[in-house]
Amino acid sequence: MNKRKFQDKLIEYIFMLNGVIVVAALIAIFLLLLKNALPAFKEIRVVEFLFSARWNPTSYYEETYGILAMVVSTFMVTIGALVIAIPLGIGTAAYLSDVASPRVREIAKPVVEILAGIPSVVIGFLGIVLVGPAIAKLTGQYNGLNAINGSVLLAIMALPTIVSLSEDALSSVPKVFGEASLALGANPWQTLLRVKIPAASSGILAACMLGMGRAIGETMTVLMATGNAPAMPAALTDSIRTMTATVAIELGEVAYDTTHYYALFAIGLVLFVITFVINMISDIVLQNYKKKTSY
Amino acid sequence: MDKRKFQQKLGFMVLRACMLVIVLILIVIFTDIVTKGIGKISWSFLTQAPRNGMTEGGIFPAIVGTFYVTMITALFAIPLGMGCAIYLNEYAPDGKRTRIIRMAIRNLSGVPSIVYGLFGVALFVNMMKFGTGILSAGCTLGLMTLPWTVTASEEALKAVPRSYREGALALGASKWQSIRTNVLPYAVPGMLTGTILGVSRAAGETAPILFTGAAFFLPGLPKTITDQFMALPYHLYIMATQHHDIVGVRPIAYGTALVLITLVFLMNLTGIIIRYRLRQLKKD
Repeated sequence: MNKRKFQDKLIEYIFMLNGVIVVAALIAIFLLLLKNALPAFKEIRVVEFLFSARWNPTSYYEETYGILAMVVSTFMVTIGALVIAIPLGIGTAAYLSDVASPRVREIAKPVVEILAGIPSVVIGFLGIVLVGPAIAKLTGQYNGLNAINGSVLLAIMALPTIVSLSEDALSSVPKVFGEASLALGANPWQTLLRVKIPAASSGILAACMLGMGRAIGETMTVLMATGNAPAMPAALTDSIRTMTATVAIELGEVAYDTTHYYALFAIGLVLFVITFVINMISDIVLQNYKKKTSY
Repeated sequence: MDKRKFQQKLGFMVLRACMLVIVLILIVIFTDIVTKGIGKISWSFLTQAPRNGMTEGGIFPAIVGTFYVTMITALFAIPLGMGCAIYLNEYAPDGKRTRIIRMAIRNLSGVPSIVYGLFGVALFVNMMKFGTGILSAGCTLGLMTLPWTVTASEEALKAVPRSYREGALALGASKWQSIRTNVLPYAVPGMLTGTILGVSRAAGETAPILFTGAAFFLPGLPKTITDQFMALPYHLYIMATQHHDIVGVRPIAYGTALVLITLVFLMNLTGIIIRYRLRQLKKD
């Protein structure tokens, strides 16, 4: 191999190293979480950890480490958020791709991006000062820091993801689909509803799943706006405490190298696995979708 | 009007309403923070330290702290992100390796921010013994911003027409020569601004720095890279939920929120303008 070729190859490997580091980072996150989570299970039974609703690591009598209540809480706010964000997000995406004029689109798309850029701590703050009092007025509660509040805020956090990815999906539906439908006499609304949305459905599904992943992993908004009562929630108006909030509240106070410390990493591991699985599934759905619509 | 036309009108109206709701959300957020925060903004608020148990004074240390951490984040994420993007866009064919790297990037962007915080504690604070401080927090955020910097860099690389590369290759240049002389000069400005914007999003993050170095209150500015620091988003969190006189310090919280969203807004605006220019470049 001559010098030039050698140099070329060397530089390629240097750039490849960057890619390798990215992959290694993801693996390292998983392994370090695992390493710090496993010691917790010397003292906690896995079944108890996953299926007991009693989380009381600082009890004098008997420390309990059950995450069921926070898992239920996490999914409760997430589902609440999706109920709001999915119709709104898909509606907006459809508006952007099929109804809005190019000029309106140029203005409207940055609006969605700016919404995505607002720091979660600011949204959480608004949950306390705006959404909370409004809910308090409606329900007669003291401060309105509950699951509904969390759902509203998480919906705002998940919306940009759902809108921009659904819009991508809708606008990558091959043009001939829409044209064929119009040529057969369907109007634009029928074309959107019966042709384009079904054709883009797996892309839209992936968008909603990624939005769901964001909502599950959100920390600051739920930490600030849901009241953080560590009990099994019974209603949407209950104060709740999610997995992310529990880690955020307790990691600062816990002593290093205790079961409690490791248990918090175990919660982190559960969170990582949940979001990883959601990402993988939406990834597969999206890849299949791309194959289907590439002509 | 026949039924079909009526349905269409109604349907499009609903879609338009969806968009309006989102615009309205943004307007409510901005007007609330701007109207209630603007009264607090003054030169002294921006340049003084908190006083009197954080019930008076300004947010200067939080601004400086956020600036320092963002610097470390940039040092960590920009070279790595750009390098990775060059590999993905210029070298790697659509093969198995690229697919794995892309999958890793997508998954990194889905990892919850608090999990990055845990990872930062485990790796940078405990294993690498950086302690809690600017360095640990910056590295944690740097890792978190990688997906954004890679994507932004790739966008800039993609804007360079293929014929530029082919021209160089046809004249006998090696791959690296063609990238260095015919791709990077056009892509680097866009890559840099894009990555800086990606990194700047880290400035608004709270969860990853909670345990890796952010401090409730510090009497002075950080002096070394391993010192603890105050940060704007964390300061807002404290002022909104942890302070002993939450209602009393609400104006300070609003002021902090206003500074924070102004930063974010300006950065977004720059990003939008730059992307617009990039698209013009591609059209030429």
